Amino acid sequence: MSGPVPISTPVMDPRLAPPFPKAALPILQNTQLRKNVAHATDVIQAKRNRLVAEKKDWQELRTSASAIRAHVLANLATYLEQFETNCTAAGGVVHWASNAAEARRIIIDILREENATEVIKIKTMTSAEIQLNPALEAAGIAAIETDLAELILQLGHDEPSHIVVPALHVNRHQVREIFARQMGLPQLPNDPEALTAAARTYLRRKFLSVPTAISGANFLIAETGSVAIVESEGNGRMCLTLPRTLITLAGIEKVLPRFADLEVMLQVLARSATGERLNPYNSLWSGVVSGDGPQRFHVVLLDNGRSEILARKVERQTLQCIRCAACLNTCPVYRQTGGHAYGSPYAGPIGAILTPQLERMRHAQSLPYASSLCGACYEVCPVKINIPEVLIDLRAQVVDQERVDSARWTDPMYLGMKAANFAFASASRFRMAQWFGRLGLRFFTGKDGWIRKLPSLGSRWTLSRDLPALPDQTFRQWWAERESKPKTGADK
Amino acid sequence: MRASLFITCYNDTLFPQTGRAVVRLLERLGVEVEFAPAQTCCGQMHANTGFRGEAYSQAKRFVQLYRDTECVVIPSSSCVAMIRDQYPGLFAELGNEELRRAFAALLPRIFEFSEFLTDKLGIDDVGACFPHRVAYHASCHGLRGLNIGERPFRLLRRVRGLELTPIANLDRCCGFGGTFSVKNADVSTAMLDAKLTDLLATEAEYCTALDNSCLMHLGGALHRRNLKMKPIHLAEILASTEAGAS
Repeated sequence: MSGPVPISTPVMDPRLAPPFPKAALPILQNTQLRKNVAHATDVIQAKRNRLVAEKKDWQELRTSASAIRAHVLANLATYLEQFETNCTAAGGVVHWASNAAEARRIIIDILREENATEVIKIKTMTSAEIQLNPALEAAGIAAIETDLAELILQLGHDEPSHIVVPALHVNRHQVREIFARQMGLPQLPNDPEALTAAARTYLRRKFLSVPTAISGANFLIAETGSVAIVESEGNGRMCLTLPRTLITLAGIEKVLPRFADLEVMLQVLARSATGERLNPYNSLWSGVVSGDGPQRFHVVLLDNGRSEILARKVERQTLQCIRCAACLNTCPVYRQTGGHAYGSPYAGPIGAILTPQLERMRHAQSLPYASSLCGACYEVCPVKINIPEVLIDLRAQVVDQERVDSARWTDPMYLGMKAANFAFASASRFRMAQWFGRLGLRFFTGKDGWIRKLPSLGSRWTLSRDLPALPDQTFRQWWAERESKPKTGADK
Repeated sequence: MRASLFITCYNDTLFPQTGRAVVRLLERLGVEVEFAPAQTCCGQMHANTGFRGEAYSQAKRFVQLYRDTECVVIPSSSCVAMIRDQYPGLFAELGNEELRRAFAALLPRIFEFSEFLTDKLGIDDVGACFPHRVAYHASCHGLRGLNIGERPFRLLRRVRGLELTPIANLDRCCGFGGTFSVKNADVSTAMLDAKLTDLLATEAEYCTALDNSCLMHLGGALHRRNLKMKPIHLAEILASTEAGAS
């Protein structure tokens, strides 16, 4: 049976979103959503694992993909300028946006010049990153999402929860409810064919009547000035070919040196993202072709913090990401919480490292801690981003902020860490800490030698786990006792 | 052969029986065990929580303490992963050339407990007897951090009377994650629930692992729910013999 669709619209702006542990709470209580997420991630992951296993040279492919992306980042300025030159020569107009506000202004200016009142959108998470839709609305321009999943969410006043499958937290019955209500189709059956047909009828009218479109980009090709988008539905193809004017918004890290690099990238992307050998639709275009496709083509290259990420040795690898979302599907945290808890269009492990950096570490500081550092993300990443390593580095940045914040003296975690550091500095201090610890915990220990309830931070542990009482003898005490006795040969 | 036992701070304090089992087993196998009483912590908790300077102090202490030992045995895969994965970065950033050299020389002599048995001693059959049904929980740091692979299974399969029961989703984290279990207690608990479902389906009497940290988390929940399954470190199983079965 279908659950209520969204209880309340999740906050997906990292500046306003609650910290991860708090944002996760209502989701952990939403059984239907968790069931949907677990089922969907299981299905995608199984497909991905099958398709990766059949590729005997998978590790070599990963190495190539990682090397290509690392090479791009080491030579980013060169390739971006090359892209600009070649895209311009092919009839495109390249704009540079250093931040979200600039990108929004560039896009709205172009749309105003086109006298647009509506714009169709496809495959652009970056537009969510820059909060484009609310800005368009304020400018009197209606944004219409045409990716099927994005459409479901827009009509349901919901938000994306996954990088590749944005509506993965919604099931078929819930989609039916949304369509029936928003499209005025009370008799709509809930079989996939009927739902797809309803979406198609709804979207075709838009494709045929709206002359301006906004897209994202999977890759920019420096050598040819081309843009590449991969998708499963063909709605992207419609958006990219039917309108008169097309605006592509892309992060500056999306560039690849050569056309031939797609050979590696499209293989690892399709297998990692959807568990397919190749995506059903691979759209590639270069500038403008007279009489065919959009006649006006703009590319907005967005920095928005990326240059700062690029400058950091450990964090730089974050920009290698090709948005396959394999890390989300395998992440044991994401599998429990889905994407909304991350309070950003970028969810899961990659979101946990990307979002706070895009916010220049001024917001979303809880995200680097939203991981048990299990390493499953690194294992599946097709471009070998060592996400745990970046998470730890970002945590160090968060702590460095805390070191100069007067609130640290009331944070039990901070105080605990400082106290532990003091204790670990010498064996005598450590022995004393063990002694005090045993004494202190004795107060909370039950008759059976177990602790069921602790105060302060400890209460977070005893939320679901008992703690064994500290044994009367530490290992080092046992060893010292043993050493003081004459050797007998046998020890208990 | 001489091996210096780095017991780790939490095993020392909370799970001394694991340390005693390591000593009992290694001595049975003819290894001369040393214990440096000056040892405290490898720095993992500080490093993983973002306290880099503090972690560096512990790391430096570790290297200075063990630089002259023949080899170091550590019954905790996450502490070994800390040393292998994070020490190089800490020393590159905060250390000096002399420390980096000392660490590079020490690194190949550091063994996780099951690595020490299978790789260094070259033994799969340690002569243990443990007539019980056992599920092996693969801790993330052992599995992915150390690529521990088949080593614990090889050791467990040679234990007399032991019935090894496979657990579904072996490679999925139990939700402990150090301070994650406290900072994100609710999510950690949800992950724990999922792991317990897979664990209980094995109907094992014992759940074993290379890390008492995962076992403290799993065991704490088993106890909270009055379940009979018991956590036990791999060393304690391997130290058990027919004479003194635990």
